[in-house]
Amino acid sequence: MDKQPSERTEQVETLTPLLAVDDLFCERDERVLFQNLSFRLAEGQVLQIKGGNGSGKTTLLRILCGLNDNYQGLIRWRGELLANCVEEFRDGMLYLGHRVGVSKVLTPRENLLWSGHLHRQISADEMDAALAQVGLRGFEDSQCFTLSAGQHQRVSLARLLLSEARLWVLDEPFTTLDVGGVAFLENLIGQHSDRGGSVLVTTHHTLAVDGLTELTLGMGQMPRGSLS
Amino acid sequence: MSAARSTLAGAVVATLRRDLLIAYKRKNDLFNPFMFFVLVATLFPIGISPEPEALGEISAGVLWISALLASLLAMDNLFRADFEDGSLELLMLSPHPLYFLVLAKNIAHWLVSGLPIVLVSPLIAYMLNFPEGAYSTLVLTLLLGTPVLSLLGSIGVALTVGLGSRGLILAVITLPMSVPVLIAGTLTVSQTLEGASLSGYLAIMGAMLVAALTLAPLASAAALRISVN
Repeated sequence: MDKQPSERTEQVETLTPLLAVDDLFCERDERVLFQNLSFRLAEGQVLQIKGGNGSGKTTLLRILCGLNDNYQGLIRWRGELLANCVEEFRDGMLYLGHRVGVSKVLTPRENLLWSGHLHRQISADEMDAALAQVGLRGFEDSQCFTLSAGQHQRVSLARLLLSEARLWVLDEPFTTLDVGGVAFLENLIGQHSDRGGSVLVTTHHTLAVDGLTELTLGMGQMPRGSLS
Repeated sequence: MSAARSTLAGAVVATLRRDLLIAYKRKNDLFNPFMFFVLVATLFPIGISPEPEALGEISAGVLWISALLASLLAMDNLFRADFEDGSLELLMLSPHPLYFLVLAKNIAHWLVSGLPIVLVSPLIAYMLNFPEGAYSTLVLTLLLGTPVLSLLGSIGVALTVGLGSRGLILAVITLPMSVPVLIAGTLTVSQTLEGASLSGYLAIMGAMLVAALTLAPLASAAALRISVN
């Protein structure tokens, strides 16, 4: 293991990790994406998943959040197998994918109202505050096809603010953001981790977040740096 | 922030509201199936015969076939846009059962594409010299039948939503399942005209609706999970 586990990781080693992955194996189009992949994600831990294009980062995230079940291995959420606690898991997890889930004909407010209500009740004030925080003040009622890709990404960032999920699963969240947006999201990830929340993130960008841990996926080779 | 997990009803209502709102904002999607229904039904007198007797004979079948084709045309809107912009993934990762959320989408879709057809059908029926005395039967059968067509179509759309080029595959999957509804609908109308009791036939259509309401969203939800995989 060429990565030193952070102090925080050692402290919580004895506790049940938020997410535990054991011997994960995934094959796609007769190509092994990863095998014997095991890692633990503790509360408050930020894990950046690295790897070249096509190394299976997105596939791994989709497997972990339950959108893809084409794998072998064990995934545990708070010590329980994922299949046995789907509802609790979805309650405690928020996924932001490549496709941001923003309908172009709706306004940011309408988009958030819907996606928010899939998880929890949100008030109009909360929503306006979140939209202002992500820098969309004044755009709340513009239809999203008039907004840029970065602004769509910001609408989805507002979901992080409105969510109470312990685990954030972020797939390339930085791609369309400007410099200010990148700093904002890094800050957000840091705050979430300070509050004891965990983050799984893929990005090619160097993250400025304290206590960051890394996991590198290799093309068909054994992943180095598997944690714990 | 106060943690208040949304209720299932809250999530269903939010989904219903959202889909109706999208339909309202994309007016061409709203009017396409409706216009298609009117156009197809109008072509029959031109193509076959403008004789009132001849038209009256085939009018029930014409109306039902037009409704079936219009519902097929409208189906593609159901999940495609959501699949492309990623909203479908959000829907699937909600802690609430996908069954009810898919059902909410189906209901919204029927309200937008099916209900207008049911409402305009007496007018088209009049144009086709539909036999007097069976208008209420026709509307009732369409009211029970078009939701079944929507629900069945939703399974086909859920299966094909991940495919790049779909072409006719949706029709190939959906039409065979729709045939019993077509038969039941036209049979109900013709039997009523011959003086048979309406209730038995309507009960069969009602049973189809109940079966579709309970089973089709299950199949759609499972098919969506495969498509997104």
